[in-house]
Amino acid sequence: MFYREAGQFKATYAEDSQIFPIRQDRIGMAIILLVAFVAVPLFASPYYFSAILIPFLIFALATLGLNILTGYAGQLSLGTAAFMAVGAFASYNFMLRIDGMPILIAFMLSGLCAAAVGIVFGLPSLRIRGFYLAASTLATQFFIVWCLTKIGWFTNYSSSGVITAQQIEILGYAFDTPMSKYLFVLIVVSVMALLAKNMVRSNTGRSWMAIRDMDMAAEVIGFRPMRTKLLAFAVSSFYCGVAGALYAYAYLGTVEPEGFSIEMSFRILFMVIIGGIGSVLGSFLGSAFIVLLPTALNVMFHFLEKDLGLELPSGISSSVELMVFGALIIFFLIVEPHGLARLWQIGKEKLRLWPFPH
Amino acid sequence: MDTGRKIGDVILSFENISLSFGGVKALTNIGFDVREHEIRAIIGPNGAGKSSMLNVINGVYHPQEGEIIFHGKHRRDMNTYESAKSGIARTFQNIALFKGMSVLDNIMTGRNLKMKSNFLLDAIYWGPARREEIEHRKKVEEIIDFLEIQHIRKTPVGRLAYGLQKRVELGRALAAEPSILLLDEPMAGMNVEEKQDMCRFILDVNDQLGTTIVLIEHDMGVVMDISDRVVVLDYGKKIGDGTPDEVRTNRDVINAYLGVAH
Repeated sequence: MFYREAGQFKATYAEDSQIFPIRQDRIGMAIILLVAFVAVPLFASPYYFSAILIPFLIFALATLGLNILTGYAGQLSLGTAAFMAVGAFASYNFMLRIDGMPILIAFMLSGLCAAAVGIVFGLPSLRIRGFYLAASTLATQFFIVWCLTKIGWFTNYSSSGVITAQQIEILGYAFDTPMSKYLFVLIVVSVMALLAKNMVRSNTGRSWMAIRDMDMAAEVIGFRPMRTKLLAFAVSSFYCGVAGALYAYAYLGTVEPEGFSIEMSFRILFMVIIGGIGSVLGSFLGSAFIVLLPTALNVMFHFLEKDLGLELPSGISSSVELMVFGALIIFFLIVEPHGLARLWQIGKEKLRLWPFPH
Repeated sequence: MDTGRKIGDVILSFENISLSFGGVKALTNIGFDVREHEIRAIIGPNGAGKSSMLNVINGVYHPQEGEIIFHGKHRRDMNTYESAKSGIARTFQNIALFKGMSVLDNIMTGRNLKMKSNFLLDAIYWGPARREEIEHRKKVEEIIDFLEIQHIRKTPVGRLAYGLQKRVELGRALAAEPSILLLDEPMAGMNVEEKQDMCRFILDVNDQLGTTIVLIEHDMGVVMDISDRVVVLDYGKKIGDGTPDEVRTNRDVINAYLGVAH
């Protein structure tokens, strides 16, 4: 009833190939951006910024990075956290060692460092695929964390291996409150999401999907597998690298190499699976879901204990979280392999007809 | 059926092509040529080496022996990228579409070699990248019109019926504006109407665009009707070559298809 594109005619191909060809989608997106940029900063408390919104956005960016590689280009990777670590430690070193380094440039360069590492560790993908490739990306994960721990230079010889991120400062303005950090992250993530969306809807994205769906046919029509796969690794790692830098600078403030563990890689992979493989929107949904799940469970158990007076063993929330996590992954893999993004799409199709049955 | 098109000179020829996988000989001393603007059929029983021959033409397989002469250049084998670049496009026996993408995107991939934009321009999607995308979209829409698949242009190809998928695959090959089109059993598994449509498309492409067509097909009625010359393979060897009428009366060909009385 409200979501119907009847009467919206496209007279040019330019109109037909917009990101949001349907007017209601454009309005919806405008509202979301307005809420994110205006309403949230006006009303949210510092706790929301630093415990929910900032990690949500940063993980959404990392998920988007992995989604480019796994969802669009079909190359399974378990090294996401390692690329984030590269980004975090690279930007730390750029800021530390180069005087007057603008932070945005440092982030860009750290993304490029991650991209370079991604290309190197993406080389096996030219020969192997699927599970074997996933296993070889595990090497990335362990090797990079090991390097960052063992080679003191990366952490500026800090005895504990912990680095403290410098302050984010642009043109003399210091982003030191949770709200300003949130806005900084929001801008970076929004711009990068737009760039990603543009890539996946043009020839670059088609080359990735072609390699994913049928590599032999892709080769025959002129896509070069090596170039295409390595580009996917590079772009994906760039995104993960920037996410890692933001993770250190805007979220935690202090990070150590072990923080970027295999567990985090898996967490991001779950975000991709639950959110939707091969979907930009899905990256955000998956990240939101998994970042919010523990909070939601905490609130629920708090409610059960305080208001209903139930005696619950301590730490039940985190155990239940793990169980819910596992159950959800299995549920999504069986019922909806394309994740929340597909559910949203089905919902939209239903909404077009509502309130009529067909 | 003379449509007034002119069959030109030989543009692609093979001499003594031999291809084997380990001890299995897929092709033995095959030699034939393809003339510009003609429809050249390759027929033969199952396992005769027809698809292997197509794979040799566009560089998926590399023959161990023999010579390929393409546009006057002698070469040992082709490679996939170069052959795509020099105007050879193909369809596959088992549909090889990109299942996760829409019909429109699938056909757009066919134009990738004509696109100049890189991933950075694509990411910004403003100016040249956008212009290029729209320019190629126009071309793709012409193909969609030609193949009469306007109504499904936004449908993911995985959801389409088999006959339509075959048509989309032809569209993807046509999008490259090939000079030589290789069709591997374009009519397999189709009903009569779909076959008629497909024949019409093939003849129109050949007639209007002057595209040279090399085609593998099992439906003898179709082959004899639309092709100019036919080469017959059996067990990796060439047993016949000529016009449909010559091939029809060739003793070896009849034996290969019907068997020999012992």
